[in-house]
Amino acid sequence: MSNTPLDLQAVRENLANKPGQPVWRSLEQLANTEEFQELMEREFPRHASEMRDPVTRRNFLKLMGASLAMAGLTGCSIRQPQEKIVPYVRLPEEMIPGKPLFYATAHLFQGYAQGILVESHEGRPTKIEGNAEHPASLGKSDIFMQAAILQMYDPDRSQTIANAGTEKTWADFTGALTTAVANNGAGLRILSGTVTSPTLAAQIEQVLAANSGARWYVADSVGFDNTRVGAQLAFGENVNTVYDFTQANVVLAIDSDFFAYGPANVRHQRDFMSRRAIRSANPADASMNRLYVVEPIFTITGSNADNRLPIKASEVGEFARALAQTLGVSGAAAGTLPEKTTRFVAAVAADLQANRGTSAVIVGEGQPPEVHALVHAINAALGNVGTSVRYTAPIEALPAQAGTLADLVGEMNSGAVQSLVMLDVNPVYSASGDLRFAEALAKVPFSVHYGLYNDETAEKATWHIPGTHYLENWSDARAFDGTTTIIQPLIAPIYKTKSPHELLAALAGQADATGFDLVRATYGNNASGNFTRFWEESLNAGVVANTAAPTITPTLSTAFDFGSAPTTGEYELVFQPDTRIFDGSYANNGLLQELPHTISKITWDNAAYVAVSTAQKLGVTNGDIVTLTVGGQTVDAPIWILPGTAEGVVGVQLGYGRTKAGIVGTWEGRPVGFNASAIRSSTSPNFATAEGVAKTGGTYQFASTQDHYAIDYQNQTDLASTEAKNRHIAQAVTLAEYRDNPNVMNEHNHEVFTLYPKRQYTGYAWSMGIDLNVCTGCNACVMACNVENNIAVVGKTEVMRGREMHWIRIDRYFTGTGLDNPQVIHQPLGCQHCENAPCEVVCPVGATVHDSEGLNNMVYNRCVGTKYCSNNCPFKVRRFNFFQYNDMLYKFDMDSIKMMRNPDVTVRVKGVMEKCTYCVQRINEVRQDKVRLGQTIQDGEVITACQQACPTDAIVFGDLNDPNAQVTQRRKLPLTYTLLNELNVFARTSYMGMLKNPNPELAEA
Amino acid sequence: MAQIFPRNANTLAKAGLVLGVVLVPVIAITAIWFFVWSDWSRHVGERYAPGQPVPYSHQLHVGGFQMQCQYCHNRIEEAAYANVPATETCMSCHSVVRTDSEKLAPVRASWETNTPIEWNKVHDLPDFVYFNHSVHVAKGVGCSTCHGNVAAMGETGVWKVNGLFMGWCLNCHRNPEQFLRPKEEIYNTEWEAPENQIEVGLALKQEYGIRSAHQLTNCAICHR
Repeated sequence: MSNTPLDLQAVRENLANKPGQPVWRSLEQLANTEEFQELMEREFPRHASEMRDPVTRRNFLKLMGASLAMAGLTGCSIRQPQEKIVPYVRLPEEMIPGKPLFYATAHLFQGYAQGILVESHEGRPTKIEGNAEHPASLGKSDIFMQAAILQMYDPDRSQTIANAGTEKTWADFTGALTTAVANNGAGLRILSGTVTSPTLAAQIEQVLAANSGARWYVADSVGFDNTRVGAQLAFGENVNTVYDFTQANVVLAIDSDFFAYGPANVRHQRDFMSRRAIRSANPADASMNRLYVVEPIFTITGSNADNRLPIKASEVGEFARALAQTLGVSGAAAGTLPEKTTRFVAAVAADLQANRGTSAVIVGEGQPPEVHALVHAINAALGNVGTSVRYTAPIEALPAQAGTLADLVGEMNSGAVQSLVMLDVNPVYSASGDLRFAEALAKVPFSVHYGLYNDETAEKATWHIPGTHYLENWSDARAFDGTTTIIQPLIAPIYKTKSPHELLAALAGQADATGFDLVRATYGNNASGNFTRFWEESLNAGVVANTAAPTITPTLSTAFDFGSAPTTGEYELVFQPDTRIFDGSYANNGLLQELPHTISKITWDNAAYVAVSTAQKLGVTNGDIVTLTVGGQTVDAPIWILPGTAEGVVGVQLGYGRTKAGIVGTWEGRPVGFNASAIRSSTSPNFATAEGVAKTGGTYQFASTQDHYAIDYQNQTDLASTEAKNRHIAQAVTLAEYRDNPNVMNEHNHEVFTLYPKRQYTGYAWSMGIDLNVCTGCNACVMACNVENNIAVVGKTEVMRGREMHWIRIDRYFTGTGLDNPQVIHQPLGCQHCENAPCEVVCPVGATVHDSEGLNNMVYNRCVGTKYCSNNCPFKVRRFNFFQYNDMLYKFDMDSIKMMRNPDVTVRVKGVMEKCTYCVQRINEVRQDKVRLGQTIQDGEVITACQQACPTDAIVFGDLNDPNAQVTQRRKLPLTYTLLNELNVFARTSYMGMLKNPNPELAEA
Repeated sequence: MAQIFPRNANTLAKAGLVLGVVLVPVIAITAIWFFVWSDWSRHVGERYAPGQPVPYSHQLHVGGFQMQCQYCHNRIEEAAYANVPATETCMSCHSVVRTDSEKLAPVRASWETNTPIEWNKVHDLPDFVYFNHSVHVAKGVGCSTCHGNVAAMGETGVWKVNGLFMGWCLNCHRNPEQFLRPKEEIYNTEWEAPENQIEVGLALKQEYGIRSAHQLTNCAICHR
């Protein structure tokens, strides 16, 4: 919410004049706008106290009187209602009612498998965790894995087979299919996303073999095209690149968000951060890897960089060529680069050279194939192949005859396509605007859309087949390193849906084949010996043993086209997948829509991100709507000023502007955000020179949480003054500074005197430790908490009022005195469980009280909603149910949403305060098991939801009274500090300060 | 014209007001108090047994045949729920015993049609309370302490013998020695506290390692 236009020049000068390394949340804070002061001084902005609809005082009182009278009546007239107990008819052998079971299967992301364990309560899957035995997840998870549970229970999922809008049966469809696919499949085309499933690949092959006229296309809106062609360029064959960041001292990411996307994002975060965690008390032992990032817009990876160079996406290729040239890759040559880039190239090249064999260079899908080929050559020149980088045969199945979506559209327009089967893709929405896919689709007489939702493509296709979610069907898929997982269903399909295998079987003439038989048939031959045993072991482990692809050593071509610098204009559009809803396939997921963007903290929207300098040049401020023009196509997008964006770049995210996503993605009939695909061109889908960036004069309101729950400053009269010091909430120093002064994180602390004796905790003393140094800001903890604790989705309007219900938030701070390339600190912050909790003493009804294990308990059934506690919470971590939030977006009475809820956590109602409980339900479950057996809880047995999800183990939880517990050990380290010590609150959550390891060569003069 | 109100009318009116202000709320509160704590409102006692779709008699099975509680409530030692038995458990005997009984028709129907029997919940805690059977059983709280002597409850079905108020729970969580019994007596439905219960209870509390009242009254023990 930014209503006051910012004076960006004043902000810039103010920041530049601040001493030391200032830590700041937003431009609004630096400008000290009224809106920011409001958010800082009050927990909720002033207008939040107004009712949602303007109701007069008189009406309000009338309603109040009536509801009081009604309340009295109901209280007197109703006895406790009669509830039912419904036991099983036949209790499954392994089932203990009330105890969850866990099943191993795989989550599909970009077509690849990430191993998961799914928690199932009496047959209802409720929570997804990583599978420790799977190479891509190693027991950890990301936001997409966590939110997939809501995708399965989404009440908007397509439920019936449809032909031209009327409901049909499977038999109707298979009949029509047989008629349509005749004559050896002439004119039959299959369009799918990336396929790694051995069963599906074999089925497609079978269909193609039986129908000589058929052809298969693979096209994702965010796929691996450049990666694939790049490998082809470099090696003359398609190879799969596997990175091992545990082996790399120096990592260079070239426009690559490898923490957020790709088949191994979780694994990459974990491997990379394992080289960054400081667990020794001796600063001399502290060692860290170094991350260089060259990118146009802040990504999750970029926010973790030690040295970051923001340049236009079109200049990244030149950067790579210059680097290759410096590293002695024969044939690579670059033109003249700006001084800043040249300096960066020299420093990075020297650092990479010094770490030959222990460095890694990775490039993102957004760059053209020749840059991918260059990176292969650079890694080879650095001797990294065999250590941090290795190659395997391709994991995905690909058509023998490669073709792009543009080729398919060409065929459709020429009338060559008689029937088109679209498997789990939504090209009407996601295809580049210049392809005009919908118009081409209208020329295909028989088109089938298969997918989870009745979406834009389903509407335009002649047939729509509702798809099963991967938690409902039998299937299989391969991981980034080739490891195969057999996907097993956790629940019978909720609606009348079909699995992709059943659809393909129908295409092959086996209309009644079941997914189970089809998947089993794939493994029938390759299991030696006892098949039942092989099958059960594979399902139990979640991986099929010995299926990882062997390393190959492809030969690097000596001379390939290194490419040349494309011409760039003044403004450049960069298209990114969104960090939350990806390419739009998660657009109808309320949990993901409401998740704040890692850097901008915007919820429920995409934006046109621009640098401060670009905004100054364009004369725009946050929320100003601009018309973006590329190749004659235009879209209106609201501006968000994001410090750290490359100058001249306008960054837009894909996945928004869905016109037929469902109640969430197309909210109240209007698309959420704008559709950036509309101005994408099929020839240059990832970045393009903008022909125009023109102010329309309109403005737009964002729901950004970046200033929500701001913690005030010591000298709070004038935040813009140079004297305003922050309160050491988020702290970051360089590795060198830490070595010089190990006490740097606690220098501001002083002994706090109290007249009262400090309470002693004799049993367990629960505590959490959060290491900011390895936190990537990926949001997995927030999402895991949301699912575990039945946290409500409140919608954009409520978020704008500062009422998002997330129990744990990640505060993003910028540091540094420059607005053009600041560094970032991510700080996860939930209830700190203060030993001297300020919230407890002000509660008039004793609804929030301390327990003997140091937990700050929240008793919902006592809470009367005075909100005194949240007024008195210095960390602003308490969340109030202003409305029946569990009945707003998703309704109480939606059967599928009821099934999703965690039965171990109360679903809160209107008028009740809630907050992080340290996952008390998980503590209780372990404690009860231990008490029964007469044992005590050992370290690592209680795992909170956020800790379990965290890919980098930034979060630990345990008993402070156990001297060997990880959390106790971490608390003793010199980097550890607790927040707001001067308030004498004795927070149970401790933080380890962030260290940066920048290259001294690149220090600003 | 004569006075309508006599002189003492003022006094009466004042007294009436005072009595009204004091008495009416007192009566109202007492009435609500009695209502809330009444057996009728909490369904306590045989009169308020909700009845069941099958006239199952604990008196016959437990009292008569001396069947163990855990034969049916088989998860009581490991899970929060004691587990109301699956139809299969009933059929393990009744596929051969009393196969033509009219009373067992719903059980046979359930078995044949694979539809569960819907029992009426008798001991129904509010949804914000999380009770765990296994811990209580492991720590010397017997079935009959809360459920009464079910072996005496016949075809009417089980009824509540306690109101299950929070104060009632806390009474034990504060002073568990009043109710603890030796492990071998847990499933004894007719167990009665000995004369020296407090003495025995305190010894058992020590033996079972039961935590202090302070710890047992943490809110998060039951509410989360």
